[in-house]
Order: sequence, then structure tokens, then C-alpha cells
Amino acid sequence: MIVGEQKTIAEIKEIIAPYSRVLVLGCGTCVKTCFAGGEDEVATLTSALRLAYNKDAKQISLEEFTVERQCEDEFIQEASAAISRNDAVLSLACGAGVQAIAKRFYKVPVLPGVNTTFIGMLEKHGLFTEECLGCGDCKLAVFGGICPIARCSKKLLNGPCGGSQNGTCEVDPETECAWQIIIERLTSLKQLDNLKKYIAPKDWRSSNAGGPRKLVREDHII
Amino acid sequence: MNNGSYSRLQQVLSKGDFAVTAECGPPRGTDAGIIQKKCSLLKDCVDAVNVTDNQTAIVRMSSIAACVHLLQNGIEPVMQMVTRDRNRIALQSDIMGAFSLGITNILCLTGDHQSFGSQPDALNVFDIDSMNLIHALRDMRDSGTDMSGYKLSEPPKMFIGAAANPFADPFEYRVLRLAKKIDAGVDFIQTQCVYNTKRFWEWIKMARDEGLAEKVHIIAGVTPLKSAAMAKYMAGKVAGMDVPDEIIKRMEGVPKKKAAEEGIKICLETISFLREISDVHGVHIMAIEWEEKVQEIVEAAGLLPRPQLT
Ligand code: SF4
Ligand code: SF4
Repeated sequence: MIVGEQKTIAEIKEIIAPYSRVLVLGCGTCVKTCFAGGEDEVATLTSALRLAYNKDAKQISLEEFTVERQCEDEFIQEASAAISRNDAVLSLACGAGVQAIAKRFYKVPVLPGVNTTFIGMLEKHGLFTEECLGCGDCKLAVFGGICPIARCSKKLLNGPCGGSQNGTCEVDPETECAWQIIIERLTSLKQLDNLKKYIAPKDWRSSNAGGPRKLVREDHII
Repeated sequence: MNNGSYSRLQQVLSKGDFAVTAECGPPRGTDAGIIQKKCSLLKDCVDAVNVTDNQTAIVRMSSIAACVHLLQNGIEPVMQMVTRDRNRIALQSDIMGAFSLGITNILCLTGDHQSFGSQPDALNVFDIDSMNLIHALRDMRDSGTDMSGYKLSEPPKMFIGAAANPFADPFEYRVLRLAKKIDAGVDFIQTQCVYNTKRFWEWIKMARDEGLAEKVHIIAGVTPLKSAAMAKYMAGKVAGMDVPDEIIKRMEGVPKKKAAEEGIKICLETISFLREISDVHGVHIMAIEWEEKVQEIVEAAGLLPRPQLT
């Protein structure tokens, strides 16, 4: 899923400051799962903002709404009445959701309320970890299902750097060294030989380095 | 291992002499006088001097420019090059430029992560890793082609080095990685500083058992300790460094005034340990901001005068 984190109240207040009627728009998919922008977070954020504005004795009208998926036009439509009642949308979706709103309602200012951080997983309660960089050419088969592009701080493809110690990454002792895990996993899979092979420079064209990407599915075009 | 004669360092090593290299960190500014001063301290007591490339991700004068200052002062440089800051286009271009300026040794590194440095807010590159860089250099030199396969006019002919850290984890994998570097085309290896001689010996033995030691010149790294505090700092804070407790205790066991002397003593003991190992072909003395001690160490180790080449 896409993992994101809600911005601080202070930053949100700053970005909505020029507007007097704001729609706080949640998304019921990824950002809901990571507690950043689902219906519950929309409600909590709105009350927190109201409380803050009461203290500042400022008048601002806040409306709440949540759609199932903000990155899909079909679902966004449901919010059009609410959007037209307000002067700006504070979107709690990921960056794709914010931009989908911007594309559909091109006269309405859309403001991000969430910092979209990574493609990741829920490792345990309260902990999300980055797992994939969407490089467009998945090589997990070679690395025992552990991604060195997303999880090694230096994107190394030919083995660990000299800073790997006791299983942790040199960049942060709280982060596991991806290469330690790759080696352990390949050892247990009896596939350590995978790592003897030289891995040629990655072709980054399939990644974002090749410019914004598009995926065309002819079979789904109607 | 390539036996061409690209550089003085290569000639010393292929003659079977025990090589001595040192290190020079370029200044955080444009003052070439600082490099000249370091050169005067290192000249004639080493075979070549490594010039670091924005080491620990702290912005300094470029490695290429500093290498040229070394050449102008009569010292052969080993240009360090990290893949952290440049993509493959810039790396190859800088390699060609460096060779055109007379730089004939290169050490291929991935580089310390920028989060350690003076500008942790920077974006890193890591387009290719050090293994890919070694491979690219070998292809440029031996096949005369760049990474796209384009035939170069006057390809760069460099003596290719890489680093190895016998003390990093996972230990068993370290030798496999050395094998990969050799296959990729590395001629010489400079290791992380040796304090843990036991672990270094185990690594050499593994390299020997795998038949790797004879395929590459291994130059072992040493760094003289200035104080007990430095020993503790290196043990705790420097990524990939292994300073055993007994070394820290030795440094703590002498009065502060005598600590530097003790550090040099340890360094000399390490050098004599290394010289006993037939698969170690040289020593790389990294006296960080302590270049004035290099001459003394090399002399006390009985490694002077350096071989004169014709
Ligand atoms: S190899 Fe690419 S697609 Fe596969 S997990 Fe890593 S970043 Fe994602
Ligand atoms: S310590 Fe491991 S994860 Fe961190 S940069 Fe080095 S190899 Fe990558």
C-alpha cells in the first residue's frame, strides 16, 4: 500500500489560512489503513482544527467528507457537491489522490494534508516499512524476495557496503541492513550462488528516471 | 590482475616490493597551499597517495583537482571516486578527464552515505555501485569502450583499485564480495584499518583458501591512534570499523601525554604483523590530519628508502 503521514496541525493551519470554507476530504483506501486520511482521521483532524481556531478566535468553516478512493474519478464524483460548497479542498489522500482532485476540479485549490512517504507494509501494529520503489523492473527473484533498491540505503545490487554491522545499516542503527537479510534468506533458500553473479548496472529507464510513467492496458480500453 | 605498467604503484607492486601508500584529504576550500604542505610531508616516503572524494560526505575540493596538485608536487595520486554523487555519465567523463591530466590510479568506492556529512539534506545518486564502476573502468581500459560500448579514442589506462572491509558483516560474505571485485577487474585492494589482527588474518586465510589472494594485490590499511578518545570514537562511531577492547585498554593505560607515542607503537606492531603475511603486498597509512607522522612511521618500520623506478 501507499503509506503516508498526516501533516502537523501547524502546517495544515498555515496552508489553509487563505481560505474561509474548507472541505477536509478523506480517502478510504491506503491512507485509511495507515491512519493518515480515512474517515476517522478526517473527523479527528477537523475537531482538532476547530478547537485550534476557537482558541485563536478565528472563523473558518470546515466540512468533512470521505470517498472510497480518491485516485479514481468514479469515486471522486461523489464529492463534487461538497467541493462546490467550499473555496478549497484539504485532501488527506496520497499525492495521487490530491492530483486526481486537481485534475477533475481545475478551478478549486487543492491542498495536501498528508505527506505521502512510500510503498510499504504494516510490519507490526504501529510500524510501517518501505518495501518497494516502483522501479518498473522487479528483480526480487534474484534477491530472495528482499528489495535492495528500496531497502539498502545505497541501492547496492552487488552486495553489502563496508558499513554493515551486526545486521544494521550504517545509516541508522534502527534500520536493518537489507543485505544482511538478503544473504540470510538466500542462505536458507540455498540460493547464495545468486550473489556470485555480477549484476550489471541497472537500466533505470523503467523507473521514474525515464520520466513520468504510463501504463496502457489495451484490453481494458473501452 | 593486469600486469601492464600504468603507474608507479603498479610497478612497485609487480616487482614484488612492499608498497606504501598514504592518504591526503583535500581542503574544505580552495587553498592549494594546504595540499602542497601535505605533499612536502609525504614526498619520498610513500609510493602513492590516495586523494579522498568528499570523504564522509563532507564537501571538499574535488578529488581530481587535488590529484593534479599532487602531480605538480611530484607525488603519484590514487584518485578515489565514489558513486554517491555522480551518475554513470559523470563518472565516465571524469575518469577520461582525470586520465588526460595524468592520473593513473583509481580507487572505486560507493562512498559514505550523505547522512553522515555536512549536507545531509542532499539527494544521493547511486546510479551504479562500486562493482559496476570497476567493471566499467576495466572495459574502458582493456576493450577501449565506454559503458555504452562506444569505442573511445585513447581510452583511459588506469591501475584499478577497490576497497575491502574484512571487519564488516556478514563476515562470510566478505570473501565472496572480494571474489566479485576481482572478477569485475580490480588490480589492487586497500582494506579498512586493521586493529583486529585476528579477524584480518581469518579474512586473508579465507581469501587464500579461495585462491583469491594471488589474483590481486592486497594493501592493508592502518591508522595510528592519537588518543584513547580517538580509539573509542572509532570503535563506536565510525561505520565498519573494528577496534578491539584490548587496543582501547592499551591506549587508556598510558598517560595522556604518551598516548600518541603508544598509538604509533601499535601501528608499527601492526605493520610488522602485516609484513609477515605473504599475501599482503603493501600498507596504506591513513594518518588523518597527522601527515607529519607518516615519514616517522615508514622510517621506523624499515620501509625507507622507497624503491627508485627507472
Ligand atoms: S525491484 Fe523494483 S519493483 Fe521490485 S520491489 Fe524493488 S523497487 Fe519494487
Ligand atoms: S549497511 Fe547494508 S543497507 Fe545500509 S547501505 Fe550498507 S549494504 Fe545497504
